[in-house]
Amino acid sequence: MAKKQDNTITWDTFSEGLWRENPVFVMLLGMCPVLAVTNSAINALAMGIATLFVLLASGTLISLLRNSIPKQVRIATYIVIIATFVTIVDYTIQAISLDLYNALGAFIQLIVANCMILGRAEAYSSRNPPLKSIVNATGMGLGFTLALLCLGVVREILGAGSLFGIDLFGPRFEPWVVMVLPAGGFLVLGAWLLLFEWLKQRKSETELNPASES
Amino acid sequence: MQPAPLKHHKVTTMATETLSFIFLNAVLANNFVLALFLGLCPFLGVSGKINTALPMGLATLFVMLVSSVCAFLINEVLVAFEIEFLRLIAYIAVIASAVQLVEMTLKKFSPALFRSLGIFLPLITTNCAILGLALFQTFKEYSFLQSLVYALGAGVGFILAILLMAGLREKLELSTMPSITQGAAVSLMLGGLLSLSFMGFAGLGG
Amino acid sequence: MSTPEAQAIQPSTPTGPMIRTLMGIAMLSGFLVVLTYQLTKPIIAENQRRAIEAAVFQVIPGAVARRDFLVTESAVTAVTPDGPTEGVLVYAGYDQQGNLKGVAAKAGAQGYADMIHLLYGYDADCECIRGIKVLKLAETPGLGDKIITDANFVANFDALEAKLSAGGDKLANEIVTVKAGTKQNPWEIDAISGATISSQAVGKALNQSAQQLLPQLMPHIDVIRNAPPPSEAETSDSGTQ
Repeated sequence: MAKKQDNTITWDTFSEGLWRENPVFVMLLGMCPVLAVTNSAINALAMGIATLFVLLASGTLISLLRNSIPKQVRIATYIVIIATFVTIVDYTIQAISLDLYNALGAFIQLIVANCMILGRAEAYSSRNPPLKSIVNATGMGLGFTLALLCLGVVREILGAGSLFGIDLFGPRFEPWVVMVLPAGGFLVLGAWLLLFEWLKQRKSETELNPASES
Repeated sequence: MQPAPLKHHKVTTMATETLSFIFLNAVLANNFVLALFLGLCPFLGVSGKINTALPMGLATLFVMLVSSVCAFLINEVLVAFEIEFLRLIAYIAVIASAVQLVEMTLKKFSPALFRSLGIFLPLITTNCAILGLALFQTFKEYSFLQSLVYALGAGVGFILAILLMAGLREKLELSTMPSITQGAAVSLMLGGLLSLSFMGFAGLGG
Repeated sequence: MSTPEAQAIQPSTPTGPMIRTLMGIAMLSGFLVVLTYQLTKPIIAENQRRAIEAAVFQVIPGAVARRDFLVTESAVTAVTPDGPTEGVLVYAGYDQQGNLKGVAAKAGAQGYADMIHLLYGYDADCECIRGIKVLKLAETPGLGDKIITDANFVANFDALEAKLSAGGDKLANEIVTVKAGTKQNPWEIDAISGATISSQAVGKALNQSAQQLLPQLMPHIDVIRNAPPPSEAETSDSGTQ
């Protein structure tokens, strides 16, 4: 990403991760946890927060060290840093709640292999001062959490008839089991992408010829 | 009372899984891409054409085999010294090196292939399928041979999924689609359908 | 990410700084990981103990205290921090008066989607299985997970017979899963219609584990019966290590 070299922090630094460059919906990064752990809203939220923490911590550290890491070993360094923070998150979640840990399974440790985090380290944190990296990483992490929640909420409501474990429709609701199955993850994310694409196209159409709307 | 023992106990009650079962399970019933959601980045990114999808799949299979062996050996060492908390860092470092190895080999022996795989080779490092494989074989306490077969199954399953996807997408190229489905959305929908059909393989081991 | 060609033409950094950076990072991350590990270790151990305890008390009705034993071919020994580590781990549950209520052990078999891991409680007095708890399940939601939620299926394990044969080397009657609604003998499990494979897996897991464990456990059951059970106060203390 060819970012201009100014160090001013704008609203954009923060918000690009939320929407315009949303890691999931726009850049399609870090898809594995997006689909795997979003079969309930609470799992999605926990995963989002864990990822946010790793993104923030590794982004800060890499940004601080950016001038003392030789080019040739930078990827190895980034990976070790990321793996360190993921291990920390892994043990912390185990200490907070074993149930949650069992629900997320190996996917906490797989945060290491989330292309989004390494991608941000390489493209942003290694080129920008700490404060700016922190702001940007927060935006990206929140955008990621938001996307996870979008999926988790839809899948839990349709697939289990509940939200954050609270029953919504009563016993007469017949859950759409497919939604909590792996296939549901693909389908719901596909549906979200279709929706966004449709909104985008409608917007650009109205901008191009406003007459057609009236 | 004594605290819960932290040392590792052999759980001998567990059913010993046969090699053929492990293989079939990894290829079909618990396909890494379609059931476990591992390795989605290359699955969506490099599945446009069959003749890039196949080499990508083969490279992944190779890296899987190498890292499975390495991960098994490393885990033995880690367990022997009781420093399992370093597992994640050790695994990812080994995988990164294994990828580097494949990259150098390809560059030397097949520059054309190297160019066509482009950015995705270094990205195998962050392919969660590889790390996932290493972690799962550890959690499942597979023996050396079992791990190797598991890696083979996972790799073959990955190739199968990415080839199916590439075949479907080549067909889609030729058909008229609504404009909003250009892009990843339709690939995901296809993935969903593939995943549903692969569910039919579940129960193979029962 | 720069292409390898671009890396090649860059002036190479001397090896010294590279090694220094890697060493520094390695030490930093090692420090952080060990710190976290040490800080969370007691909490995680306590969490795990509590989870196991809850599961054990659930599958052994009436148990309020637990003690761990290792079962091997030749003996049953209480688990001690520096004792032997080979063997099958079982959890004995005692009531308030210190009477043995049952022994819980783990079992597992291949279900529909993945391995089903469960814990079952064995009552040595009635020679039957008193309860099961599924520890890990990846079965199809709405179908396979009925092995947890289906009341009729769970009722199979109020008293599922698992008697040793006269020779004492295997079960008198194999535990089998039968078609839904056709259970006739106390050692049969009524399957759930629509979740046959998952039901069969439970039966298979129990049979396999009981066939292997009970012939080794029962001759030494008095070791467990007579072992001083932990008092309740000790039990709740032990988490602090």
